[in-house]
Amino acid sequence: MTDQNNEEVLLMKGNEAIAHAAIRCGCDGYFGYPITPQSEIMETLMELEPWNTTGMVVLQAESEVASINMVYGAAGCGKKSMTTSSSPGVSLMQEGISYMAGSELPCLIVNVMRGGPGLGTIQASQADYFQTVKGGGHGDYRIITLAPASVQEMADHVSLAFDLAFKYRTPAMILADGIIGQMMEKVVLPPYQPRWTEGEIREKSPWATLGKRPQNKPNVITSLALQAEEMEELNLRLQARYREIENNEVIYEELNCEDADYIFVAFGTSARVCQKAMELAREEGIKAGLIRPITLYPFPKDILKHYASKVKGMLTVEMNAGQMVEDVKLSTCGKIPVEFYGRMGGIVPSPDEVLNALKTKLIEI
Amino acid sequence: MTEEIIISGFGGQGVLSMGKILAYSGLMQGQEVSWMPSYGPEQRGGTANVTVILSDSRISSPVLHTYDTAIVLNQPSLERFESRIKPGGTLIYDGNGFHKFPTRTDINVYRIDATEYAYANNSAKTMNMIILGGLLKIRPIVTVENVLRGLKKSLPERHHHLLGMNESAIQIGMELIKQQNAV
Repeated sequence: MTDQNNEEVLLMKGNEAIAHAAIRCGCDGYFGYPITPQSEIMETLMELEPWNTTGMVVLQAESEVASINMVYGAAGCGKKSMTTSSSPGVSLMQEGISYMAGSELPCLIVNVMRGGPGLGTIQASQADYFQTVKGGGHGDYRIITLAPASVQEMADHVSLAFDLAFKYRTPAMILADGIIGQMMEKVVLPPYQPRWTEGEIREKSPWATLGKRPQNKPNVITSLALQAEEMEELNLRLQARYREIENNEVIYEELNCEDADYIFVAFGTSARVCQKAMELAREEGIKAGLIRPITLYPFPKDILKHYASKVKGMLTVEMNAGQMVEDVKLSTCGKIPVEFYGRMGGIVPSPDEVLNALKTKLIEI
Repeated sequence: MTEEIIISGFGGQGVLSMGKILAYSGLMQGQEVSWMPSYGPEQRGGTANVTVILSDSRISSPVLHTYDTAIVLNQPSLERFESRIKPGGTLIYDGNGFHKFPTRTDINVYRIDATEYAYANNSAKTMNMIILGGLLKIRPIVTVENVLRGLKKSLPERHHHLLGMNESAIQIGMELIKQQNAV
């Protein structure tokens, strides 16, 4: 089966797509620990045995804490390194993520979210929005966050996340959920890119610790600066970089908003459900549209602000108790009613109940 | 055209793989497809189900709460999904072990005794293909040719000698299926 461009169209799970895309984008190392609903990522990597082809390392660590610190070490050498986990495992990784943000190191973390808090459930959830976009570890840092809503985006976001992480020397996260990880859809995998050679790493990442050359000063990777002034300098540099990310890297999808009276705002699986609810609404003559943030950080606040002066209201739909809705409210500055509908603990809302929420919370009041 | 299907039964009845074959067949037919399994506690011993959507246009939600067609292979699945079939939709059930039967009169109901046939003919492993054959008889959403191409794509090569057996199972299913209620 091929598409118009003669590329092979495959059928696979979102988790499998992540594994294939990682090898194809020239990833140097994967370090992880199994947890449902994302274990197929490491399983697929082990089956594909990339160490025999591209030379990529795939290693099952003894824990999530070890995984993220292996990523930290590899990233310090300028390598494309990644880990994947699900909510409780990503909580364990937060210290390492904060250290990497403080050490200005690029990496990819994939969180295929499940219901929480605690050990929670293995069913899909979006309850780690706050943890991811507001900084799950300590200190003033942000991480670039991509929210795929299809298996194709699971594949595409891997190299995008690495590109952004290296461009801004920051960790990047793919924030998916159990549905996107477990479902099978059509996908065209990205083309193979070779892994970087040592020469290319020295050129692209002059900060990398690859062994000191006689003519160079030593590179040091650390997030520690005991002098407050020095620490503030690092913080100012990070903040300047975050403003640059906010100005340049926002991605979102907009559907049927031009003539809309009401707009659904949702990401990932919730956005797929909202798309169906939008279709049902239009069949009933309700002019509904959808804005789907693809980058959750940086958040697409300008487009929401733009529509705040055009529509009668927005309904944010999430598989949590209401997290992104706070950013939607901040973006629309109180100009229009912004309501929330969500389900928790691993329940995916149905398109009917979402449409019903739109009617009861915004239309029939 | 969009067909939204739920297939549900005991783990081991071939529910997930039947869905996978259907999804691959849709892929062969150039359709948009989505395959969403239950991966929760059900999969570990109880009832397993899979939602398969085949469509000519982009698929919005991969998770559904109402369906055009439901294929139920055990009693708990009937109890869970009969009420969630759209009016005018289709219910196919294998009556093996059932003590309560479908009651809705606003849907098309079909019975296919695939389990009984498979055991009598020592072909338990093709039970799900018999049921798929039954589905295709009444809802020809994909061609048999594309099902076989899909099978070839999804089966490892060492199993390709079984393709003929699967093809005849589809034919048997087409003969076994019986209408119980029509709207």
